[in-house]
Amino acid sequence: MAEYQYLFTRMEVRGPLYKGIALDPSNEDRVTGSATFSHLLGKLGDAQLGPIYLGTAGVLSLLFGFIAIEIMGLNMLASVNWNPVLFIRNFFWLALEPPLPQHGLRLFMPLHEGGWWLMAGFFLTLSIFLWLYRTYRRADQLGLGSHTFWAFAAVVWLYLVLGFIRPIFMGSWSEAVPFGIFPHLDWTAAFSIRYGNLFYNPFHALSIVFLYGSVLLFAMHGATILAVGRFGGEREVEQTVDRGTAAERAALFWRWTMGFNATYESIHRWGWWFAVLVPITGGIGILVTGTLVDNWYLWAMDRGFVASYPTYGTLDPLLTPTLPPVTAPNTGAVR
Amino acid sequence: MRFNTTNITMLSLGGVIGVIGLALLFTFERLPVQSVQTNFRGTGAATVLNPRTQALLTAANQPPEAPEPADATGERAREIYENVPVLGHLSVEQFGRIMNVMTTWLYPGEGENLGCNGCHVPGNFAAEDMYQKHVARRMIQMTMALNSEWTAHTQNAGVTCWTCHRGNAVPLNVWSEMPVAQGANFLTRPGEQNRPAPLAGYASLPTDAMTSMLWGDNEIRVAGTNQHPRPESRTSIQQTEWTFSLMIHMSSSLGVNCSFCHNSRNWADWEQSPPQRLNAWYGIRMVRDINNTYIESLRDRFPPHRLGPLGDTLKTNCTTCHQGQNRPVNGALMIQDYPELLPAPGTALPPRLGPAADQRAEVAGPRAN
Repeated sequence: MAEYQYLFTRMEVRGPLYKGIALDPSNEDRVTGSATFSHLLGKLGDAQLGPIYLGTAGVLSLLFGFIAIEIMGLNMLASVNWNPVLFIRNFFWLALEPPLPQHGLRLFMPLHEGGWWLMAGFFLTLSIFLWLYRTYRRADQLGLGSHTFWAFAAVVWLYLVLGFIRPIFMGSWSEAVPFGIFPHLDWTAAFSIRYGNLFYNPFHALSIVFLYGSVLLFAMHGATILAVGRFGGEREVEQTVDRGTAAERAALFWRWTMGFNATYESIHRWGWWFAVLVPITGGIGILVTGTLVDNWYLWAMDRGFVASYPTYGTLDPLLTPTLPPVTAPNTGAVR
Repeated sequence: MRFNTTNITMLSLGGVIGVIGLALLFTFERLPVQSVQTNFRGTGAATVLNPRTQALLTAANQPPEAPEPADATGERAREIYENVPVLGHLSVEQFGRIMNVMTTWLYPGEGENLGCNGCHVPGNFAAEDMYQKHVARRMIQMTMALNSEWTAHTQNAGVTCWTCHRGNAVPLNVWSEMPVAQGANFLTRPGEQNRPAPLAGYASLPTDAMTSMLWGDNEIRVAGTNQHPRPESRTSIQQTEWTFSLMIHMSSSLGVNCSFCHNSRNWADWEQSPPQRLNAWYGIRMVRDINNTYIESLRDRFPPHRLGPLGDTLKTNCTTCHQGQNRPVNGALMIQDYPELLPAPGTALPPRLGPAADQRAEVAGPRAN
């Protein structure tokens, strides 16, 4: 097989620009846009850039997204007294914080006490929903299934739980996540501290299983297809309906290795479900934290799946009627 | 190798990755590190030490040489000197010794405002004109309290002026309340968090947990105490971040990680916590006592340049004494060479527990001591 015929070739084969498939006349303007080639893009995927079609939903989505980012960015800039150097230096620390706890679920409050956060969240949500609609609409127009839409919707579920649904159940916007790099990470750590260790939240555990599972499946699938590429195995769709030597070899490899193989079709379902279950289970885990369970460690103790270690027998000084003797060695007892 | 566009692209890409990698490398601590297991196997609790930085820390925290002990017998200081209400019970020799050594601890050297002149009007030791003398008197009372009422924290090591001062009139690690900048009313202000917080290990956490929890006695416990939510357990994430900030401060002050005092799987549980946590609990109450009973009570004595921007005093936190070590001054037994800094016989008060424990005592009935 000549090297250029192999789809994983290192050569960048460049033909004429292509417009995609023939669509009905109502879609004409969506395929006649300008397109160009990019050598660098060709290193990662298709070298052709465009035509891009945004449409009403796409333009509005970008506009609302821009408004949201602008509110966040300008508030961050204001928090460093409009000092551009500090803005760059402290960027990872800066945040737009959710409303103060005393404002509960109020919709109107002083802007610097959470009003800006509500507004940014509103516009960001609007932007995300328009983009979600767009993924559905574009796929529908091309006659595709709505798998991308549902996968994106799974992430939107987690986003809504964190910033909207759970705060409403908790009766306070202050439960939501700040916009900012380190601040949202600190929020995550504080969330786990406050609710007695998310490690013991089974939905959190499931989410991690699916996350790591996705990574594993992606690596297995990618490796398999690359490995059988020399037999034409990268033509996955053809191989699904008409298994050639590539598919047979790949399947046998996994049967030899672990006794079982996914098929060219099912591996994609595996991948899709593992991926969408990450935010779905994660969202459930966040939603029930603080609403149904206040301390995951105690919850897990009650259900008997906390590992048992010998205790130090240190006593809570607030609960001991007489002072316990204070003995604090330099380092703890090593066992 | 031909230098076509591909090669140049790849080279520049490699260069960028290389530079970023090199920059990241400098954010890591240079090896070696040693880890010492501090809890049961499987809990992953360990103290991580770097012998190189540890040696620097040890060198920087050497205790001063103690002068020859003084004869405790003979005439009392109060019989010879005027205005010696706090140390008057000492023998004259002891009194001279502790005065001498205090000059080396606080005002080393000789000259204007150095040596004895740091606190005394030159030529008139009895004069009460210098504010420093009033402060020193209160601080001696505090030191005596820390060596008697607060042995739950200071233990057999005790403290002297050196523990905090280390040769400086004002200890190096002090803090005061910082002003929250006023901006336009409707915009986010440079508030109490979301910038590198030196007191909280440069995290993006509240910058001033000290004011709230080491000056005030705001609740530190935040984790839910029941499996399921109860109406009274409504601690917010924001409150949790204040506690988080204080804990990071304690960790970086003592040069230890979280597992030194906690089993990280359940921060709140005392049973699983190494006993150091109890010591730290007393430490927090002790610092509150120091800041309120002793330092803040001197607010009117201090000149403006010895106060913070909001007019409060320069107060203590864990770093003031610990300075990167879980046992300050290399764990030296500070008080054993200085009996002068123990309370006068018969005047020591019983151990103090801090306001929170006192409240609890009212509920649970009188405490044994």
